[in-house]
Amino acid sequence: MYDLPQTDSHVIHEDLKVRARDVQVYYGATHAIKDVSVDIADKTVTAFIGPSGCGKSTFLRCINRMNDTIDVARIEGDILLDGEDIYDPAVDPVQLRARVGMVFQKPNPFPKSIYDNVAYGPKIHGMAKTKSDLDDIVERALRRGAIWEEVKDRLLEPGTGLSGGQQQRLCIARAVATEPEVLLMDEPCSALDPIATAQVEELIDELRQNYSVVIVTHSMQQAARVSQKTAFFHLGNLVEYGDTGQIFTNPQDPRTESYITGRIG
Amino acid sequence: MPVLWLVIAILALSAIGYVMGRSRALSSAGGDTRALHSLPSYYGANVGLTILAPAFGVLIVWLLVQPFFIDRSIASQLPDRAVSADTTMDLVMSDVRRVAEGLDVAVSEGAMTAQEARSIRTEFTDVRQRLGEVGVALGSNVSAEVLSAAQRYRSMSRIGNLLMAMAVLGAAIAGFGISLSRTHSEFRARNVVEAGVRLILIGAACIAILTTLGIILSLVFNTIEFFRLYPARDFFFSLTWSPSFGGGSELGIIPLLWGTLYISFIALAVAVPIGLFAAIYLSEYASPRVRSFAKPLLEILAGIPTIVYGLFALLTVGPLLVSVFGDEGVGWMQSGTAVMTAGLVMGVMLIPFVSSLSDDIINAVPQSLRDGSYALGATQSETIRQVILPAALPGIVGAILLAASRAIGETMIVVLGAGAAARLSMNPFDAMTTVTAKIVSQLTGDADFASPEVLVAFALGMTLFIITLGLNVIALAIVRKYREQYE
Repeated sequence: MYDLPQTDSHVIHEDLKVRARDVQVYYGATHAIKDVSVDIADKTVTAFIGPSGCGKSTFLRCINRMNDTIDVARIEGDILLDGEDIYDPAVDPVQLRARVGMVFQKPNPFPKSIYDNVAYGPKIHGMAKTKSDLDDIVERALRRGAIWEEVKDRLLEPGTGLSGGQQQRLCIARAVATEPEVLLMDEPCSALDPIATAQVEELIDELRQNYSVVIVTHSMQQAARVSQKTAFFHLGNLVEYGDTGQIFTNPQDPRTESYITGRIG
Repeated sequence: MPVLWLVIAILALSAIGYVMGRSRALSSAGGDTRALHSLPSYYGANVGLTILAPAFGVLIVWLLVQPFFIDRSIASQLPDRAVSADTTMDLVMSDVRRVAEGLDVAVSEGAMTAQEARSIRTEFTDVRQRLGEVGVALGSNVSAEVLSAAQRYRSMSRIGNLLMAMAVLGAAIAGFGISLSRTHSEFRARNVVEAGVRLILIGAACIAILTTLGIILSLVFNTIEFFRLYPARDFFFSLTWSPSFGGGSELGIIPLLWGTLYISFIALAVAVPIGLFAAIYLSEYASPRVRSFAKPLLEILAGIPTIVYGLFALLTVGPLLVSVFGDEGVGWMQSGTAVMTAGLVMGVMLIPFVSSLSDDIINAVPQSLRDGSYALGATQSETIRQVILPAALPGIVGAILLAASRAIGETMIVVLGAGAAARLSMNPFDAMTTVTAKIVSQLTGDADFASPEVLVAFALGMTLFIITLGLNVIALAIVRKYREQYE
């Protein structure tokens, strides 16, 4: 399945989903990401941690080419999804994003009904042939977003009328409705209260059954709770990457240790 | 110009008051700013405003009331024989004012001494000729009653102006004294100034509202006058518009309304798609460089005077349309002036209104919504159609209705582009005319302001006003409805 030579010794021998090699990102003259190489496994939660401005969100946005919408951003290096270079000119970013979903820091439901928010992706990708197909997809996505019970009686009300935590779970449901293979989450809990955060974290754990989840977070407790792999970014470099337990209990790099113990960041 | 000097004096007084209030507050606190309740500038501003506000208030009220008062008292003193059968009190009073102004001019130019202006008599002087020498032309010889009334008018005005100056300066000085005496470190100058600023802003808002009310009232009274002379049923339901000042005119609004709506419809059919698509291109697709010169270029269209658009319609678009749809082409069009000509050009005029407003509104849609849509694998056009336009819809509807109000009220393009024939026709290549163009033609020229042919202009204006008011109400209702849904 992976016909590329696996020369790097620290490649994790699991089902690889995303493989990044020597990724550089420039915002105009700023060198935001330096030489990042990382392997993201399938059916795993990978957490990116690091101080603000360290480039973890920027790197996350490279994986579904969201940086394409920023004029001054320039990306070098290879990012492979299932062995396919996503920055190959032949790759359509629109199709790529259907495979790599994303949930943002702030909940951003569309100014549409709850139903239409979730049905948006399946509709534009032609995933449902009939209305009842679409109803099924929407219900399944809302159930997976752990919000079905709260909204099933008001699917036609605007999604913007929900509370912050509900909105974020709606956005997660919207993202999983298109059946992506990888789900990117950019600080999904930063705007939520502890109860909503707990709900979303539980949800992330369930999503691991089907997807490769990559989550950017500022909370180290959250990273420890939900992830199996953790990557620590600092000043645009990937400092350390490994099993979450190992990163938090026995970090190899002194910078990782000082961040985890609260001395930098 | 005594009023100008009065204004300058008030301003100077208030500037002095500012400085004195400030220094008095400072000295009352022993030079320590922190011992004051407010910043020193607030104490200065308090004194300055207490001088300005009452003085200007008195000045404005006096300037509004004095002419009324003088007119009333002069008119009541005029003997009955001064107002002969073929004239009215209003006309005599305007004669009086004109003679009084003429005497003022004569005195200021040195053609007459002030003493002479007060004492001349028609029996000894040809007032019309004397005033004619200084450039004040009078329509008829000045009667003795009018001249003496004019002289009384002048003396009353002079006394009035003198009293006004005293009252205004008195108000200013009283304000000065009171506010300065209250200035000490405990005085809450900041709160007083804030309240004063609020009052000034309320005043500005009231003036705007009162002006609108005044305009409406002037329309209403003349409209009522018109309906007294002409049956409302004929006005609203007659299908003919043929005014004739000799009498027997038919003043049906329907042909005019039809022309107005037809031309506006064509204009909007041109402006809305083009303007909206231009806005979408500018805000979503154009690179910042293209946007930085394309948007101002488009907005230049909004700065072109409508008479220039009218010329464009008359000289370019009309002949062009005739060459295609006229007798040599399809044969639908008789001449260059037609609904289509005016509608197309008006549409071009409205493009920047629609595009500029829509562009701002589309830009205001949060980036997070675009990101959310792209992250789901939507293309740019899907994102625009399904996410951005629905989110921007209330604002866009508002922009379109604003453009519609402009279209309905537009005059010059219609006069030059659509012709003057009031006609009910479905053919867009026929000449028609609109309500606004007919208001102009009814009010220009020598016409008796008591005839229905002239007064109909006010009824037309009132109808137009109610239509645009209705449009705005609908616009607000639509905007509110969608806002409830989207926020």
